[in-house]
Amino acid sequence: MPAAIVVEGLERAFDEVLAVRGVDLEVDEGEIYGFLGPNGAGKTTTVRMLTTLLLPTGGRATVAGHDIASEARAVRASIGVALQEAALDPLMTGRELIRLQATLQGIPGAEGRRRADSLLERVDLVAAADRRVGTYSGGMKRRLDLAAALVHEPSVLFLDEPTTGLDPVSRKTIWDEVRTLNQAGTTVFLTTQYLEEADQLADNVGIIDSGTIVAEGTPEELKAEIGNPHIQLQLAEGSIALAEEVCTAIGKLLPPKDGRTVLVEVENGAADIPRVVRALDEAGIEVESLELVRPTLDDVFVAKTGYHLEEDEKEPAGEEPVEA
Amino acid sequence: MSSFATNAHIVRALGMRSIRQTFRRPQLIAPIIIFPTLLLAIQTGGAGGAVNLPGFPPVQSFLQFMLAGAMMQSMMLAGNSGGIALAVDIEMGFTDRLFSAPIPRFAIVLGRLAGTAALGLFGAIWFFAIGLIFGAEIEGGVPGALLATALVNASALAVGAIGAAIALRTGSASVVQGLFPLVLVVLFLSSAFFPQELMIEPAKTIAAYNPLSFIAEGVREPMISGIDATHTLEAVAAILAIVLLGLTMSARALRHRLRVG
Repeated sequence: MPAAIVVEGLERAFDEVLAVRGVDLEVDEGEIYGFLGPNGAGKTTTVRMLTTLLLPTGGRATVAGHDIASEARAVRASIGVALQEAALDPLMTGRELIRLQATLQGIPGAEGRRRADSLLERVDLVAAADRRVGTYSGGMKRRLDLAAALVHEPSVLFLDEPTTGLDPVSRKTIWDEVRTLNQAGTTVFLTTQYLEEADQLADNVGIIDSGTIVAEGTPEELKAEIGNPHIQLQLAEGSIALAEEVCTAIGKLLPPKDGRTVLVEVENGAADIPRVVRALDEAGIEVESLELVRPTLDDVFVAKTGYHLEEDEKEPAGEEPVEA
Repeated sequence: MSSFATNAHIVRALGMRSIRQTFRRPQLIAPIIIFPTLLLAIQTGGAGGAVNLPGFPPVQSFLQFMLAGAMMQSMMLAGNSGGIALAVDIEMGFTDRLFSAPIPRFAIVLGRLAGTAALGLFGAIWFFAIGLIFGAEIEGGVPGALLATALVNASALAVGAIGAAIALRTGSASVVQGLFPLVLVVLFLSSAFFPQELMIEPAKTIAAYNPLSFIAEGVREPMISGIDATHTLEAVAAILAIVLLGLTMSARALRHRLRVG
């Protein structure tokens, strides 16, 4: 499958500091690529370069087959962009904004009006179409931003943290729309700091930290790199030492969370559960609960960066970039 | 549609947005209409006797003389408001939406300037209406009124280009807004509100070289005595100089903004 986005050694320096340090990635046509990282990791800077809003200081990239530096206008004609801050004029109405976007994309008046009406209906904003954007909720603004990005039916769509700050219902609405677009063939480059979002939507995930890609692959591949799933046992009564001895014969024991829990890594996932249950039963150990825990993208993130993404305890790299 | 027609359509759409934005944001329209109207009322009401000073040009009324000053003030503040609005667009990220569209990026600046010029036109019509309502005569008749309106219109674009350049360079609405007093100082150091011959030094010399004086005289002459080629050409030359300066500054500031993001 041809690549919609090819990035080779992309760099961006701000004075003496490098915010993006030699990023390489490839996104196939029709793929949803999740670009995952904490605040300041270099996600937005990368997206700004790929959308021709910022010139790279090193490396190269093509989007929809066009070089971002030498064919910027062709890139801009091929992409839709919904930026992090939902760059909307609060004094415009939703309808005015989409019509303006259609004009900017060179769509003639009557066709622009038709597409605006159709998109407003698609994102469920018909009732609010003639209200000023300043009166919209966060979810409505995101939906409008998405609709504006789609007015020229782009082949590649960049969504920069499209659900940040949204409630779960609004988030799900955006996710559904992204899936629908993707099913229609649109390539989606999605930056996010939500692990669940990347897990739910992305075909491939790139994890960026301090301006560098530290891991890349499908969510399943990345999780598989971390290790096997484990069974978490909560004991009702009986000796924990005995339970650990029983489980050692089945899999590898992991450090316990507390005095009543046993964690055992198993090779075959759910298929190993009956063996564990039988062995504990034969040993007379009563179990209060048993759960199969699979590795998450958070585990992947911790393994690759040393900290949890959603706690976001690390100093943002974009605000204090590493020295060149 | 040809490339020129498409770009003209884009500039028009951005200009219309700029006008709507101004009328929907009271802090942008107030300096263009309300402040100059109040100043005109105060000056004509309180200093009307100035027309009797020796050396004051022959005029039908002080209001007739002051209309050009009010239009100049409105035009200057329209340019400043246009700069503020562009800086607000940069601050809230709206310019990123425009920059990510497949259009010539200078069309974004031209769209803003088209809106500013239209607001200058609106200001000129507003003050002509006030003048006519309160008895001011336009000696140059309809052609004189049209000439003065065209000069105000073009001046607004010229001053707006400088406002746009500062907005693009700084990206800060506060900085552009901070130029408001400076705009008034530069205007008061011209012959917009008072005849140059009656000024004292050093204001008199500054006014003699201030391009705004040439524009003010070019706008005023059709009102107080009729169309005059010398004043008109001097005004056009001053406007062209400011346009050239403003567009050059805007183009450089735009390049800088796109380079640094």
